[in-house]
Amino acid sequence: MTVSYDNSKIIFDGIKAAGIKSISALPETWLGPLLQRAEDDADVHLLQVAKEEEAIGIAAGAYFAGTPHILLMQNHGFLAAINGIVSLAQLYRVPLCMLIALRGHWGEPYPWHTRGGIVTEAVLRALEIPFEYARDPGKVAKQIREAWTFSQSSLSPVALLLTRDLMED
Amino acid sequence: MERAECLQMIYPELEDKLVVTIMGACAQELYNLGHRENFFYLQHAMGLASSIGLGLATHLPNERVVVLDGDGSVLMNLGTLATLARYRPKNLIHVIFDNGSLLSTGGFDSQTASGVTDLDAIARGAGVQHVAHAVTTLDFGEAFLAAIERQELSVIVAKVAALGPDHYGMDLQLGENAFRFRRWIRERTRAAGATA
Ligand SMILES: Cc1ncc(C[n+]2csc(CCOP(=O)(O)OP(=O)(O)O)c2C)c(N)n1
Repeated sequence: MTVSYDNSKIIFDGIKAAGIKSISALPETWLGPLLQRAEDDADVHLLQVAKEEEAIGIAAGAYFAGTPHILLMQNHGFLAAINGIVSLAQLYRVPLCMLIALRGHWGEPYPWHTRGGIVTEAVLRALEIPFEYARDPGKVAKQIREAWTFSQSSLSPVALLLTRDLMED
Repeated sequence: MERAECLQMIYPELEDKLVVTIMGACAQELYNLGHRENFFYLQHAMGLASSIGLGLATHLPNERVVVLDGDGSVLMNLGTLATLARYRPKNLIHVIFDNGSLLSTGGFDSQTASGVTDLDAIARGAGVQHVAHAVTTLDFGEAFLAAIERQELSVIVAKVAALGPDHYGMDLQLGENAFRFRRWIRERTRAAGATA
């Protein structure tokens, strides 16, 4: 199983079509080809953080600056960013559009991903973060656009979970 | 040296800059000097003031950004110094008021108390080129003005006493602060666009 280059391109094109100009990210296997594209694209500002919680602060700064921004991370990074999500984004009504690689779920061969994968949905619910699963390359661009729109209208964090169906060939 | 004195000294310089402060004592001391629409008070999420500063500085290259941080907050997000060093926003001044204390939560010693942990060395080791160390208000004022003139990412570690304001309270809701801060930036960006 390998990361899908074709679908990574579709996702990246969807991000750009949604009008996103800036991305904060922490790399992981499924996000690799996507981040490579972001790095190579002169019209997109890519900020790579050392820990995902930093990206919550950066996203708030981008929001205050008026620059359309999304966050790319894996679900364990989301778990590592929770206080920032709660005590900055939700407390101050700062929208976040998060694209989260859902590791450790259906079909996961690696034991170390599984606990995070199992709890991710429950944690999103507990935090009242609206989420959708992205499985179909034919729909993902629309889902990204809608996630972005909803984050901005609700002034809330929103998560689009990038699944194995979408990310692996 | 007291943080309140340092803030008072630089307050006139903050008029046209985007300012992000940490919670509690530091936020209150700045607020007590007179709130401005270009001040954002991060009242809870420890460690992220500098990350907000990076987001602002990156996306608003024509603005100057000043982050007013604390030792406890920085220690909770040390990776931020490496990320700042990696992207080196020229328009960001990161002031760390090092009082060796978690002052706003009861004054317990932090890891920098008695010089155990050296934040200057950490910032330098993270790759920040311009790191100043201030122990007197004169040092601090000079370091701050030098940072403004330098127009390069600058970190100032200011050793201050573990003292805070004598009262707390702001006539400003958290969301209101965020909305107004954003509006101030938008209007200023528009006005700049109109004259450009
Ligand atoms: C995640 C988290 N843990 C603990 C606290 C409690 N807390 C509130 S203020 C504070 C200390 C902040 O220290 P510092 O950044 O050095 O600023 P100072 O209060 O000393 O000015 C702590 C630990 C918190 N707000 N968030």
